This record gives sequence, structure tokens and C-alpha cells, in this order.
Amino acid sequence: MASETGLGARVPRREDLRFLTGKGNYVDDLNRPGQAHAYILRSPHAHATINAINTDAAAGKPGVVAIFTSADLEGLGGIPCGFGIKIEEHIKRPQITPPHPILAAGKVRHVGDPVAMVVAETLAQAKDAAEAIDVDYGELPAVASTAKAASASSAVHDEAPDNVCFHWQIGDEAATNDAFSKAAHVTTLEFVNNRLVPNAMEPRAACAEYEPATDQYTLYTTSQNPHVIRLLMGAFVLALPEHKIRVVAPDVGGGFGSKIFHYAEEALLTWACKQVGRPIRWAAERSESFITDAHGRDHVVKAELALDAEGNFLGLRANTVANLGAYLSTFGPMVPTYLYALLFAGQYKTPAIYGDVLAVFTNTVPVDAYRGAGRPEACYLVERLVEVAAREMKIDPVELRRKNYIQPDEFPYQTPVIVNYDSGNYQASTDRALEMIDYAGFAARRSASEAKGKKRGIGFCSYIEACGVAPSAVAGAIGAGAGLFEAGTIRFNPTGSITVLTGTHSHGQGHETTFAQLVSDKLGVPYDQIDIVHGDTARIPFGMGTYGSRSAAVGGVAIDKAMDKIIAKGRRIAAHLMEASADDVEFKQGVFNVAGTDKQVTIGEVAFAAYVPHNYPHEELEPGLEETAYYDPANFTFPAGMHIAEVEVDPDTGMVKIVDWVAVDDFGNVINPMIVEGQVHGGIAQGVGQAMLEGAVYDENSGQLVTGSYMDYCMPRADDLPNYRVDATTTACAHNSLGIKGCGEAGAIAAPGALMNAITDAIGVNDLEMPATPERVWRAMNRAA
Amino acid sequence: MPTVSMTVNGKAVSHEVEERTLLVQYLRETLRLTGTHVGCDTSQCGACVVHVDGDSMKSCTMLAVQAEGCDITTIEGLAKDGQLHPMQQAFMDNHGLQCGFCTPGMVMSAIDLVKKNPGADEAKIRAELEGNICRCTGYHNIVKAVQQAQKTM
Repeated sequence: MASETGLGARVPRREDLRFLTGKGNYVDDLNRPGQAHAYILRSPHAHATINAINTDAAAGKPGVVAIFTSADLEGLGGIPCGFGIKIEEHIKRPQITPPHPILAAGKVRHVGDPVAMVVAETLAQAKDAAEAIDVDYGELPAVASTAKAASASSAVHDEAPDNVCFHWQIGDEAATNDAFSKAAHVTTLEFVNNRLVPNAMEPRAACAEYEPATDQYTLYTTSQNPHVIRLLMGAFVLALPEHKIRVVAPDVGGGFGSKIFHYAEEALLTWACKQVGRPIRWAAERSESFITDAHGRDHVVKAELALDAEGNFLGLRANTVANLGAYLSTFGPMVPTYLYALLFAGQYKTPAIYGDVLAVFTNTVPVDAYRGAGRPEACYLVERLVEVAAREMKIDPVELRRKNYIQPDEFPYQTPVIVNYDSGNYQASTDRALEMIDYAGFAARRSASEAKGKKRGIGFCSYIEACGVAPSAVAGAIGAGAGLFEAGTIRFNPTGSITVLTGTHSHGQGHETTFAQLVSDKLGVPYDQIDIVHGDTARIPFGMGTYGSRSAAVGGVAIDKAMDKIIAKGRRIAAHLMEASADDVEFKQGVFNVAGTDKQVTIGEVAFAAYVPHNYPHEELEPGLEETAYYDPANFTFPAGMHIAEVEVDPDTGMVKIVDWVAVDDFGNVINPMIVEGQVHGGIAQGVGQAMLEGAVYDENSGQLVTGSYMDYCMPRADDLPNYRVDATTTACAHNSLGIKGCGEAGAIAAPGALMNAITDAIGVNDLEMPATPERVWRAMNRAA
Repeated sequence: MPTVSMTVNGKAVSHEVEERTLLVQYLRETLRLTGTHVGCDTSQCGACVVHVDGDSMKSCTMLAVQAEGCDITTIEGLAKDGQLHPMQQAFMDNHGLQCGFCTPGMVMSAIDLVKKNPGADEAKIRAELEGNICRCTGYHNIVKAVQQAQKTM
């Protein structure tokens, strides 16, 4: 049974006190002695040659410390891409990875491409000086359309004359085509998966300083993974050894993927702080974030589902054009390939699947992982197809799903697209969700809405995701440049308190609370005697960071394994103290005791003996009680569940009101349900944003981002969103010691499909693009009429 | 440079500032009260909301010199004698925050909301929070927090 702070307890977050009293420690809150301020001059053009840059006038402006352009960066590397597709049978055209200079060299390739950095005594002075920099641009035609990039007359990179980065495939094309030839019914959808701007509320920021006496660089940065930044920046950009670089990611105000990647400003500041001999700080303005943070999604898709006359799925195939932007961001090529098409089976026993992805360059901001990263796109594709197939075949959409679900006794289940699902019970989450929404009562609710002049719709989404990324061997085989294990350290202090070091990073997820619960529960040490440390390469052994819903499922398991080592060593110390055989010593709730006797010592006493080893088994054990474990998972985890949205549409205005939302998720075992529910809420909100409100729009001719601020890009507000009714069903993850699957991305994956299925159900039109703005809804309704 | 004087969290302060200095810059950079955040450059996000003479105000929308003689309360000035303000407590009790970045502005706005609309129903609360953007919570628990604070403030 869970204690007040143990596994499963709704423990209030210990992080909250500092955040609620203004004592958070975000990067832009830092001030370093002698600091200077950086402003980055960026391209106003989507595509242009840089004929000349004249900084003379700017250099004479008040307060200017230094101005840097690409000419100053000779000898430095470019911003690396950490992923290159490499499995031969998946490659139709190999990946081209063009150079990505820190500062644009000779050419700018998107609005926002950095051109020069001004360092000055104050930010205002840096901005003033930047205005005096004269850049002679030669404008070139912009490539800004995903669909038309491969046929554009202009090339973003000389290395890719037709703007194709790679052409990739997965699955058995012949078998899939054969399935379609035998189909009684084929459902076809063509749609856009709209481009999104992640918009963590904290804009990216960095502060770098150099200590000549030790030749040490310190970079404070808004990162989800400080060790990854240290690795990429040190090894690929600055040619600095890792022991000379400390990367600190303190409190970070949201990430959602956009703070995984290594950005130019991090390298630029780290390099420049030595040049000027002073700490340098920089923070993006929001409009700068819009044109520099990696965007998400941006697919143009044709998808088809083949069914037999009874509604059994026979095959699924999809052609996708994926926009990667102007340069390859850290994981850019991985997102529309292995994080995407490997989820085309969804929750279903579709026997034949084929995916074809053409990845293109455009003169737009690089595209990379954004909450869900490929899996929302896959889920939307599958769940829109299933819903429309049900409508076309006049089968109840829930029944069609149930008929095709992988059944609870069929796990582990090998899909036709590489991944092997370890556990799940899709019928159970469906049963619970239907009960909560009262599906049987929907017809009456619809009639009631009609009586008010509103059109009511219900939409389902049976999502699955692969997360807990990832087995390193799989990551390496598909083309990742790094492993994806996690590290955890349990450090007992002499008087019995514990410091936990984790390689994951919390930027809203509440790890300081949940990991302390985890450790308290297993080691029997009071929750308030346990502190969690993260986000500093000088304090943490190593870590791959937080993304892909991996913190608990990978990082938590590393901590669990470190605790196993602590208990194993503690047992031997305890045996010595109790003059017993270690084999006879049991450990339970913080106490070692000799089985069948009343002899016992607490783990605190054992820790003290380890650090004050006067009476200690020195011949067989080292003093101290600190253990580190590295954990590399055997498989992805596969959270799944069902979300159901109910909407009312005003036929006069096209306004959609979400009137109910039910989410039943199977995340495996849960540490803190309050925090997990919060993750679901936030994920749904971002999914609703994609479906109804948000869309990054580039002008096709100029390549200007026309939704470049909160004036133009519609962020979800409180009055756009409903209350969410969230519940869980549980099948434990079958391959990690905690049985945890991960919860961070589920809402964002499930929500767009559920909501678009609901809106299209309400208006009786299948063809509706995201974001389903009132105008689009109204036009779709009136097109149908 | 002009001199500006005001009261911030009960303390009289006075500094020379550049005319173009925004109130939020004065708070963050001169007074080093970094609890007030900057999340946008178009006065949409509300991360910078403080109380000016008791009213919630986006501190990025006014110049420091416009606050001459004003009584300013920031997030740092809410808790008294180690006791959280009922709104702060409500956010903690209801898990109304995740990354914490929008939180100071959200709390300051929410206090003003409850003061001016004591009986606001859920729809009214949601409408009144329109000027504060949160990317983490989906607002569900923020609304619950405000509803709790309606009873405890």
C-alpha cells in the first residue's frame, strides 16, 4: 500500500514553492560578474546571397565590445545533425547532409538565419549597433512550400539540386499492394499535418563564461539534455574536449522537444566569451524564437486503408512529403521516418503496411521533434483513416476498432513495421472510455444539441506511441549518432540522507518530486531526506536527457538499478554489523534484518558505517555508499489508450466548442497520478492547439513566416479548452523493472485525431484540414450543403 | 537619464533609468527581481504581470518612468512571513503549474481576477485568463486553483 509519499501517491510538487514565489532559477535570471550582452542579427530574407557585410559603422557605436561574422569563425565546425538514415533496404535515395554554419556563410537560407553577433555592454547598445551593420543581400527565389519543394526552380542547397534530402521507405510494398488489390473497400485521405511552433513559454537563452586559469568553459543554456549539448558542441563545433566544458541547464521553462537540439547561439556564445574575455548572455525575444526554434510536423500526406467486406484491415499505405526546413536539425531526419512510420500499425493487426517518405529542404526554419515527434503524425493518419472507413462502410467506429485491435492475449505483438509491442489491453481502455463518455447516451445528446441549433459530434482516437527512447542498439542501427541509455546515481550521505543524480532533465515534469517518491518507496528513507540533482554536467555522471517520454521509463529505471546496487552492498555491510551471513539478510522498508531473528540495522546505520568505517568489512568492501547504474532499455515502451472528444458546432459561425473530453491512458505503473494527469492535460491542450488553433504559415512567394508572433499564431487560451476527464487502465511495461511506460506525449498524440474525428462527425464532412478554424469549418459545412 | 521612484513590494526604490526602460526591465535587471518573466514581445503571454496600485498590469506594456510614484507588487512580494498567499497555495494544491515560467504572471492575474470577479463561474474564469498563456498545464488545474482561491482569499 502506498504511503503518503510512496509510489502511486499524489504528492504535491516540491518544485512549486520556488516557482510560486519568484525564486525559480531560469537562464535569463542569471547575472555574471562583468557580463556583456549579445544580440544576433538575423536574415530578413528567406533565401539570399550575402554579397558583403560591413560592420565598420556598427563597431564604432557606444558600448560595442565585439562584432562577429562567419569570417571570424574559420576553423570551427558547423552545427551537426545527429542522425543519418543508413539501413540499406529503407533507402530509396540517400540522405544529403549539407553544411550548417554557425553564422550564415555566403548565403542565408531562412528568415532568422543568424548573420552576425554583436556583443555590447548593454542589450540596448547591442541592438542599436546591430542596426548599423550593413549587409548586402542578393535575394534569391524562396522555396517555402512542402508540397512543391521537390519541383521548385530554386535550390536551398547546391548539394541537393531538387531539394530532396532523402527518400525513404518502410514495410513490404508488394504485399501491401497485393492487400489493396484484394480489398472490398479502400478509404483514401489526402491531408496536411500542419506545421507547429513549439512555443515553450520560456524563450531560449544562454550565458557562457570562460575561466583562463583552468581553461574551463561554462555554458548555461535552456536545454532538455545538457550532456548532449556538451557532446555535440564540444566534439563537432568547437573542437573542445568534454572535460573543459561544463553545461548547466537550470530551471527550464518548458521544452516540448524544441530544447533538445544544439543551437548556434550555444556554440557562438561559448566560443566568443573566451575571445572577449567576459561572460556573455543572450536571450531570444519571442519573435526570434518563432524564426529560430525548430518547428514541428509539416507533412503532406496521401494515406489509404484497405478493408475486406467485414471491415477487417488488410493493408495500409501512405506517401508523405516531410519538410525538414533549411538545415538538418539534431534529430530532424529521424522524426518523419523511424519515429513516424513505425507506428502505422496503431493498435491494430493490419497485416501489410508500406510507408514512403520524401524529405525535402525548404527556406524555412529547421523542423525537428515537437511533443510526440512523428507519432502524432502517425496516429492522426491511422485514426482519421479508421474513422472515415467506418463512416464509408457504415460500421460503428468503435466496433470497427474493436474488430481490428490486437487482443490482450496477443502480446508480445510483432507489427509489420519493425516494432514489437510488449504489452497492452486496448479493449480495456476502450471499455472504460466509452463508459465515461456514456456512448450509449450520445444520440440523445446529439438530439438535444440539434434542438438548440447546434451540430454535435463525437470523435475517437485509439492511440499508441513508442516511447521510453530507446534501445541504443536500435538507435544506432537506424542512424542515430548517440546511444540512448540513462544514468542514475544514489549517493547516501553519512548521516543517512540521499542525493540522487539523474541524467534526465526536468523542465516542468516534476522529477524532483517523482524521483524522490521512487527512492523513498524502495529504500525506506523519508521523502524529505532525498534530493534530486539534474541539469549540470559537472554534477551528473552522464545523461541523455528528457524527451520521448523517457525520464521515468529509462531514467527512473537507472535509478532503480542503482538502488539495487545500494541494497546489495548494504546487505553485506549489514551482515558484517550483525555478524550474520549476507545470504540471511533481508531488506524491507529501510531495514536490514537477519531472517527469522529480531536482529536488525537500518539503512541509515549502514550508511553511517560505510562512511565511518571503524567496524567494517574492509577486506571485502570499499567504504562509502554510493552507486551509479546505467540502463539501456531492451525495447521501446508502448503507452496506448483511447481519447474521446465531443463537440458542438455552431452552423452559423463554424465555431467549435469542445463540450467533453475523456482520456483513458495505459501508461503502465504510475509514480504520481497528479503529475501524470497534468501531463495528459497539457498534451491534450497542445493537440487541441494543432487541431483547432495553431499553424505556422509561410508565404509561398517570399518565404516570410506570416505567423511570427502571438498576434498571428494562435496559442490555446483557457477559454479555448474544456475540462478533461482523465482515467487510466494499467498493463505494466513487460521489460523494465518499474513497469512504467511514460506519459509525456500521449495527449499531444491522441488529441488531434479525436478532435478532428469529432468535428467532421458533427458537420458530416470528412475533408477538413487542421487547424479547423471557424472559417474552415464553416466553408466545409457549406461546401457539403 | 531620468530618475524614477516607486514602492516595490513595500520598499521605496529610486534609480536613474534610460527613458526606454520598460517596467519589467527595471524590475528584472535593476532590482534583480527575476520572478517576473518575459515570455513574448507583443504583450500577449502575461508572464510579466505585476500589480500596479493594486491592478494587474503587463509590466512589458509600460515604461518604468510611467510607474513613478506607484505601488508595485511582484510575485516576490505576495507571501507574507513565510505564509503563501491563498492563490499561491491554491496553485500548489491543485498542481496548477509545471515548468513555472508563466506561473508568476498567472498568479498575479488570477488574484486580480478573483478580487474583481468574486463570484466568477468557470466560463468567466477562463475568459478572464485570456491574457495569460500557459503551454504546460492545459489550464484545467489553473482553473481549479482559481476556484479554490475564490473560497480562501
